[in-house]
Amino acid sequence: MSARLIRRKLASQIFMVVCGIATLIALTALVLILYTLVTRGIGGLNLEIFTQDTPAPGSPGGLRNTIVGSVMMCGVAMIVALVVGVLSGTWLAEIGGDTPYGHAVRFLNDVLLSAPSILVGLFVYQMLVEPFHGYSGWAGAVALAILATPIVTRTTEDILNLQPNALREAGMALGGSQFITIRKVIWKAAGTGLLTGGLLGFARISGETAPLLFTSLGNNFLDLDMSHRMGALPIAMYNFALSPYDDWNKLAWVAALLVALAVLAVNILGRWLARDKSGH
Amino acid sequence: MSEEKILHKSDPFDPVFRYVAFAAATLLMAVLGGIVVSLLIGGWPALSKFGLNFFISTTWNPVTDVYGGAGPIVGTIVSSLLALAMALPIAIGIAVFLTQFAPKFISQPLSIAVELLAGIPSIVYGMCGLFVLAPVFAAKVQLPLVMALSNNPDSFWAKLVYGVPNGANIFTASLILAIMILPYMSAVFRELFRSIPPQVREAAFGVGATPFEVITGVIIPYVKKGMVGVVMLGLGRALGETMAVTFIIGNSHGFPKSLFDSGSTIASTIANEFNEASGLHTSALLALGLVLFLITFAVLALARALLSSQRY
Repeated sequence: MSARLIRRKLASQIFMVVCGIATLIALTALVLILYTLVTRGIGGLNLEIFTQDTPAPGSPGGLRNTIVGSVMMCGVAMIVALVVGVLSGTWLAEIGGDTPYGHAVRFLNDVLLSAPSILVGLFVYQMLVEPFHGYSGWAGAVALAILATPIVTRTTEDILNLQPNALREAGMALGGSQFITIRKVIWKAAGTGLLTGGLLGFARISGETAPLLFTSLGNNFLDLDMSHRMGALPIAMYNFALSPYDDWNKLAWVAALLVALAVLAVNILGRWLARDKSGH
Repeated sequence: MSEEKILHKSDPFDPVFRYVAFAAATLLMAVLGGIVVSLLIGGWPALSKFGLNFFISTTWNPVTDVYGGAGPIVGTIVSSLLALAMALPIAIGIAVFLTQFAPKFISQPLSIAVELLAGIPSIVYGMCGLFVLAPVFAAKVQLPLVMALSNNPDSFWAKLVYGVPNGANIFTASLILAIMILPYMSAVFRELFRSIPPQVREAAFGVGATPFEVITGVIIPYVKKGMVGVVMLGLGRALGETMAVTFIIGNSHGFPKSLFDSGSTIASTIANEFNEASGLHTSALLALGLVLFLITFAVLALARALLSSQRY
């Protein structure tokens, strides 16, 4: 082996080791974060978390109002996001995606997809909170819907583009109109994919804090009326983590653990569904 | 009769459906437009009152109602660039390792783990920064450094690490930001590397290149534009991030004077002050929001343009 070859091989080996070390560093950091999350959160996890409302500092309590608030706001947001997202994704994939207008929609949707979430909060504050003189669960739900819709739109378009044209032709050949072909053939074939898009959107919004700060504000009591201020897990995390009280800090970690577990579970479910589909 | 009639008979919902779908797509654009317009209208009083001073002054004083946003604006850009500088080499390293070197039984679970971590809400990273990183950093890094350099307070290094040793500063905020964008960036880099046709790689190996030469000479140049796109995406995320930063940046409105000085970003300023603000203060915060929107829009637009030209 010539010296030059040895040198080249050595450089390659070193490069591989450096890449491995980079991976190791990142994994260490991320494992440390997960470890912190689990060790600090698991101690406070008990039944009262789900049966009692957020307490005053020093007294026992749970996170019931924030969990209910999060579920309600995310639920409403997801209904809106799925309807608007699937429709606009379908429009992009099946109807107008190739027009200049379609290109503009796709581009702006991509921008909206990664736009700073706090700006969405400011927008909804000016649209729904200020004019109606009050923070509300509805406003929170709208802010979350704005964040989830671009994700659903994007996944819907991607999934529909994967459907073979033969399906569309077969639907049309049987005399189905475009609407019927899309509804009964294309959407059906893409069903799991659409669900995955919904799950991804849900995973994104369930931990969003910034847009809720100015829209639903948070509420220390259980209130099922969405036209009032509404508690949410991320808001509780924000307020409790910044408080000087130990028991509130503990609750913040429990909330963080709950949200992280929910996000992980939803993500894993989404991936599992997507894989099941592509396995065919 | 009637084939045509039959066809037309099944049609009445078609135009309705098309209009509804079109309306949904338009709604998306309207929301984005609405964000810009509402920020512009809301921020206009502050922008017109302070004019250029809003961008170059660091005086942010709600008591005298004078607002200059230079501190948060610079803080946003500096912390994001620092985070990017820390995350980028590692993210590329991970993606290269996972796609080129690691055997499948390692790379597959690691790739899934990285993608799952990208979904962890940013506030969790912020809390880890506040409760774990900040105290450790203050006691183990900041204090010893300040002590060691205290006999020569005018040297470059002493100025660089000057600051209240409480762990809440520009550097720790950037570090947390870096950790937060790391899984996201490595996941997209990995996708990008995987999109390269295997023939390209095989051809390079076929002419006798070593793995290092294949990666730096063929693979990376092949997706160069896309990689810049990913960098921009990561930057866009770091710029707009609120929760990971707000907990740990220290929230002072001046220019950060050193690496370990407290600072603020646009997003952290808005998150901290918006609910207590009124009048001109609100308007100034909305104007800051508009600045943030314009910066991220430019960065993201560039990212999308580069990535789509890569056909990723």
